[in-house]
Amino acid sequence: MNGFFDIPSDLQHSYLGLIGLHLREALLPVLAGLLLALPLAQLCVRFRWLYPPVLGVTTVLYAIPSLAFFVVLIDYTGQTELTVMIPLAVYSLVVLVPAIVDGVRSVPQETLAAATAMGFGPVRRYVQVQLPIAVPAIIAGLRVATVSSISLVSVGTLIGNQGALGNLLADAMFYHRPVLAVNSVVTTAFLAIVMDALLVLVRVLLTPWMPRGTRKRPKAAGAPEPAAPALEDAVR
Amino acid sequence: MNVLSFVNAFFSDSAHWHGYDGIPHRVLEHIGYSLMALGIAAAIGLPVGLLTGHTGRGGNTLAFIATAARALPSFGLLVLMFVLLGLGLLPVMIPLVVLAIPPILVTTYEAVRSVDPSPVDAARGMGMQESRILLQVELPVALPLILSGLRSAAIQIVSTATIAAYVSLGGLGRYIVDGLYQRDYEKVVGGATLVAVLALATLAVFWAVTRLAVSPGVRRSA
Repeated sequence: MNGFFDIPSDLQHSYLGLIGLHLREALLPVLAGLLLALPLAQLCVRFRWLYPPVLGVTTVLYAIPSLAFFVVLIDYTGQTELTVMIPLAVYSLVVLVPAIVDGVRSVPQETLAAATAMGFGPVRRYVQVQLPIAVPAIIAGLRVATVSSISLVSVGTLIGNQGALGNLLADAMFYHRPVLAVNSVVTTAFLAIVMDALLVLVRVLLTPWMPRGTRKRPKAAGAPEPAAPALEDAVR
Repeated sequence: MNVLSFVNAFFSDSAHWHGYDGIPHRVLEHIGYSLMALGIAAAIGLPVGLLTGHTGRGGNTLAFIATAARALPSFGLLVLMFVLLGLGLLPVMIPLVVLAIPPILVTTYEAVRSVDPSPVDAARGMGMQESRILLQVELPVALPLILSGLRSAAIQIVSTATIAAYVSLGGLGRYIVDGLYQRDYEKVVGGATLVAVLALATLAVFWAVTRLAVSPGVRRSA
């Protein structure tokens, strides 16, 4: 008894169960955001005039506090998981669209010309040339979206115990057990760091042509730097 | 009744317009907390960011701080501080400030570091002191990015201060949290609208400040 991993039974989940729930509530929206962002970003690349208004709308959407977003949705989707996941999907979308647009636009003109000269059609050129080259920028966006999504799921506690690991925070207050809050914060941060590391690993696997010592300056100065200030916006 | 009619009912009820739980008082409270947190965070983040950016050192440490801070859950930190320290402004201010420093710090560092080196060299060649180079050459050029860092910190503070109503802070989050407990959806949606408007107003203020403070030459080249 009194173990660090003992969870009050009102949450109806074990420690691992809460982690599973938390990951589902955090990652499904990111996935949905990515699936929506890819075509939207492609439209923004194709029709340049579309990008500034889209960027304006995304900035405004991203400024809306998560709690306000959640509670307005209650009227439509009730106090359910979906109410938490829809805003998170929107936030992910908002982070990913500029990341993908910048990544796809950063593909050099000569590379595109070479692909066309080799007989690639527009679709094949997009899938086999533009997307792979944009992978570092897309992963950088995914990292921010994933980490902030994992952190924001906890706020779901406020709209009726939809916060997975965040529900531990409410219980820490009900039962006056600070250790539950410590558990929640540490576990959430741990999940975020693990997911972040996994995405870095995915990037290394997907971009075998990039120099391996990514810690050092050479490539890091070229690719992720321009995205860095923009992505700093995405911290919440 | 859809959301809009709830909002309309909330704002047309004159009981919501005065007293301690009235809209003017709660809005001022929210702005007060947000400015206080932003002020403290900027007082720490800006000088450190300017200095590290000017010398170009400590980039790895800053990147680590940014990643670590991003991983910390804001709501979790709020509740943790509250259960550890109890009632009061301090347990709420700590998370607000801690979470606002990294965007300010890292963006300022990046902004100063990525200033075109040739005007900096020219200034040094003309015999300007390092402090004047930083304040009169690098700062004006880096200003748009620095302001965008402050903006994301401010937006984050406004939205986290809303959640802080759960751990007893005043401000606009009170309407949402109290309304949820009282099953008064009108109040919940009214509070949400006010918070959203305040966040958008923050965006607008920073847009205006950027227009006014950034030198036209810098804006043209950006």
